Amino acid sequence: MSFDVEALRRQFPILDRTVHGKPLHYLDNSATSQIPNTVLDAVERHEIAHRANVLRGIHYLAEAATEAYENARKDVALFINAADSSEVVFTSGTTSAINLVAHSFGQGLKPGDEIVISMLEHHSNIVPWQLLRQRSGIVLKVIPATDDGRMDLDKLPDIVTEKCRMIAVTHVSNVTGADTDIHRIVEAARAVDAKVLIDGAQRVPHGPVDVQNLGVDFYTFSGHKMYAPNGIGVLWARRELLDDLPPFMGGGEMIRTVTMEDTIFAEPPHKFEAGTPPIAQAVGLAAATRWLSETDTPEAILHVAKLAERTLSGLAEIADGRIRIIGPQGTQSRLPVISFTVDGIHPHDVCQILDSYGVALRGGHHCAQPLMDFFDVTGTTRASLTFYNNQADVDALLEGLAAAIKKLT
Amino acid sequence: MNSNDMYQDEIVALAKSKTGAERLENPDATVTLDNPLCGDRVTLDVTVSGGKITAVGHRVRGCMLCEAASALVARDAIGTDTSAVSGGRDKLEALLKSGTLPSEDDAWSTVSAFGPVAEFKSRHECVLLPFEALGKAIEEAESKI
Repeated sequence: MSFDVEALRRQFPILDRTVHGKPLHYLDNSATSQIPNTVLDAVERHEIAHRANVLRGIHYLAEAATEAYENARKDVALFINAADSSEVVFTSGTTSAINLVAHSFGQGLKPGDEIVISMLEHHSNIVPWQLLRQRSGIVLKVIPATDDGRMDLDKLPDIVTEKCRMIAVTHVSNVTGADTDIHRIVEAARAVDAKVLIDGAQRVPHGPVDVQNLGVDFYTFSGHKMYAPNGIGVLWARRELLDDLPPFMGGGEMIRTVTMEDTIFAEPPHKFEAGTPPIAQAVGLAAATRWLSETDTPEAILHVAKLAERTLSGLAEIADGRIRIIGPQGTQSRLPVISFTVDGIHPHDVCQILDSYGVALRGGHHCAQPLMDFFDVTGTTRASLTFYNNQADVDALLEGLAAAIKKLT
Repeated sequence: MNSNDMYQDEIVALAKSKTGAERLENPDATVTLDNPLCGDRVTLDVTVSGGKITAVGHRVRGCMLCEAASALVARDAIGTDTSAVSGGRDKLEALLKSGTLPSEDDAWSTVSAFGPVAEFKSRHECVLLPFEALGKAIEEAESKI
């Protein structure tokens, strides 16, 4: 079966618009992806027909909203092959999911316990652990990066000791696009009875993951990067872990009984969902998982891989070698998140000129300043592709980039 | 205005001139400022004497706009009253925020070069950063006198 990218693009109304009089070429998918009609419709239908608060209401709409919210949890569980939907905790995004674990799991740690992260982490998987270090005196250790922007997993035996309690790393780098070998991470963690948390924010938009097969303990991701609304994310954890962890935030919805002396908490996942949750966003996320499960065909994956290959080869051909790819040079074990620098031109200037060509890119440190320091760059320009991108997007990128180099040199 | 039009010849020429893009050997004060939004960093050295700026040197790790503003600061600050620097920054901010052009006779009227940046709010800090660094450096230098 062939992949019809133009048919897919028709599902995304925003891709029809122009920017500065030029067709929009949206290549900032790693920051926020666009939303297909089916997701927009699901959210609109919910808000029009079923808008109400969840869990506590008796009336018809409250029942319907609760059913929609819990059905969304089941869809997400199916998408990531969770053993049970109670393992799916809705959060506001990946950042809040990691902070939840850093707080709740962190409560059980003592000074000297070790958490291992990597040089490739987004700040959202660095800062929560630094804050935990301030609170609890844990030791934070870092898996270094290789010159081609991958985690140097050969260093694991030196870094993961008997004191390690958690390895928390990204599934796919938001800068280099490198795909982490999670099984090696799990193997290293299991050898010392440590837990594994994976930041899946950049991996999940490219198709379903199987958390059971990965063998990890915690998996986190965001809706807005996977064709769903803003303000929704997921923490998946094995049920026995959620049973044991203390809650992060307190409030309504997460309790069974409250007296002035004490509180008995609700069972997971509600124990971790204090306050009114993002209900319509959860409905949208569920619609996005269904859409993505249908879209993520071998042909679609091949389409994106070819675009990534054309982007990488195109970058290599222009500007007489002035472009440096920050990350893997080829397409093996990487996703189509492509960062580069142009000698003598700042990423923001590149992005500003490209914007005039209708090309939406991202420039800067990408919330990964330690990795920028490692590569000795102030920032990079990043093109991140997904299923609805086409050859015209890549052509516009390369044409605009050539023009930017000419203008700014 | 198209984003491409922001890089008008005067801004590009200023950036390429690299005026003052060398650190001073014996500055009266040195200030480093970062723009957390984009990671631009300006390190600016200054010497002052008798209420006037006598030398400016800088190192910029940033975009072309930041380089251009740093070059303009280094070019136009020498010999001006230290007390006039905050006025220069204010003129630039007024230009960026409300499009108010400085009078040609004003000190620091040359900030009008950055008029094309006004429409691009996310880039305002890029040109303001060197002026803020100069203001802080002068404050620090004069506090030592």
